[in-house]
Amino acid sequence: MDDIQSRIIELVANSKNLPVSDVHMDSTFEELQIDSLDKINLSFAVEEMFSIEIPDDSLNSLKTVGDIVRGVETLRAATPPNAGT
Amino acid sequence: MNRVVVTGLGCVTPTGNTVAAFRESMYAGRTGIAPFDPSFLGALSPDPGLRFKTTGKVKNFDPIHNPAQHLTSGVIVSSDTSAQFGIVAARQAAAESALVHHHDPSAIAIITGCACGGRAADEDANRHLYTRNARVPPTAILRTMASSGTSNIAIELGVTGTVLNISTACASGTHAIGLAFQMVRSGIAPAAIAGGYEAALTFGFLRAWDSMRVVSPTSCRPFSVDRDGMTLGEGAAMLTIEPLDAALARGARIYAEIVGFGMSADAHHITQPRAEGAALAMRRALEDTAHAGIVEPAGRVGYINAHGTGTPTNDAVEATAIHQAFGEFAPHIPVGATKSLTGHSIGAAGAIEALATVLALDAGSLPYTAGVIEVDPTLNLDIITGEPRPLAPGKDIALSNSLAFGGLNAVLAFRRFDG
Repeated sequence: MDDIQSRIIELVANSKNLPVSDVHMDSTFEELQIDSLDKINLSFAVEEMFSIEIPDDSLNSLKTVGDIVRGVETLRAATPPNAGT
Repeated sequence: MNRVVVTGLGCVTPTGNTVAAFRESMYAGRTGIAPFDPSFLGALSPDPGLRFKTTGKVKNFDPIHNPAQHLTSGVIVSSDTSAQFGIVAARQAAAESALVHHHDPSAIAIITGCACGGRAADEDANRHLYTRNARVPPTAILRTMASSGTSNIAIELGVTGTVLNISTACASGTHAIGLAFQMVRSGIAPAAIAGGYEAALTFGFLRAWDSMRVVSPTSCRPFSVDRDGMTLGEGAAMLTIEPLDAALARGARIYAEIVGFGMSADAHHITQPRAEGAALAMRRALEDTAHAGIVEPAGRVGYINAHGTGTPTNDAVEATAIHQAFGEFAPHIPVGATKSLTGHSIGAAGAIEALATVLALDAGSLPYTAGVIEVDPTLNLDIITGEPRPLAPGKDIALSNSLAFGGLNAVLAFRRFDG
């Protein structure tokens, strides 16, 4: 499991007080009982963790843990680590 | 008009997180005030710059690991400690009385007092905002709104009636219980959950109070001749109240009857209290007892749980107000203050003191004012010190006073329930 994936799974698990083993790439938000407020909180935490900004339209399309991981990978690829502030 | 009784109690306080623990500490005179950790997160100096060293903090509150205090991750992340105290206290009271099972939850009222909102969440969210343009978390609004606990209590209990929060500084909790009492007495609501919650012992809050120079650098000792200030506290207390007839019909445990409520405003000064205002609220609470069929109530008052902050000014003005309201009875009424046990928890204070008053009437035993070194003789009051005192025969009414900054006064009148 790569670093982004493991960090996001841990973040999701902690946010719902779940063991890490209960959270998988194909876990849906519905299965994990992640509601709209949880989603906003997770997005904020992910943005802080990876120094990225998730656009509103991308946020709306997130449905699974894997969606977050792939979204972060895409945004990180588009934004070199030394770019920005 | 219904007669209104208290059938459920709950609390999270510096002297205990259950009513049983609170009661035991109260009669033992065991204070919850202790030195605080002076290393505040984010402080720029190891010296907190405070003239005082103690607060009344809640201990062993753990909504993640303690099943009795359990809150879901969603509630924990979106609420401040103040709200969490309120939710757990309300849960205790509602569980004891089974209120929601015996009354229509679509009509039950929840009235709370919280003056400071999610102060800790506010400081936490904004700590780096002005120094490094840090982002503010999306939960900040939810965690800082003063009615957060109120809403969460309604959500947990499925109560959809009149649900609101009152902010009248140090009188918030008393105003909340008083308005809930009026609603149940009049029949607007069939039952209510009422009380207060507060958890504002943040670095900024303590520094702000320090600047006002009203916090004791030594110890809180209300009505003591050498008193030198208040001590800040935190916590929550909740009561469930309902009509006497309903409580009797289902054999509910009845702790006390609420027989009156009086409110007033000094309309004088934002910090300097005026005795006439507090006296008016006490008189109105006594006059209000006529609804419960009580005549000449002043002579039946056997206990006043005073606002009793321990500041030189409050205690002197409150004493004057008691003399104005009670005249010849005043020097003979047992008066006590429980803030030397709990500290002053602002919006929750009135609720915690209402709880103390209800427990005192229920037990027929009046808690003493801990910490008093020598009663201030100029007050000419019968301050209970040293040990609990029995409630005198025929003196079955007790008042709980709250006198807030800004001159907002609220006084509850309770009566011992003898069945």
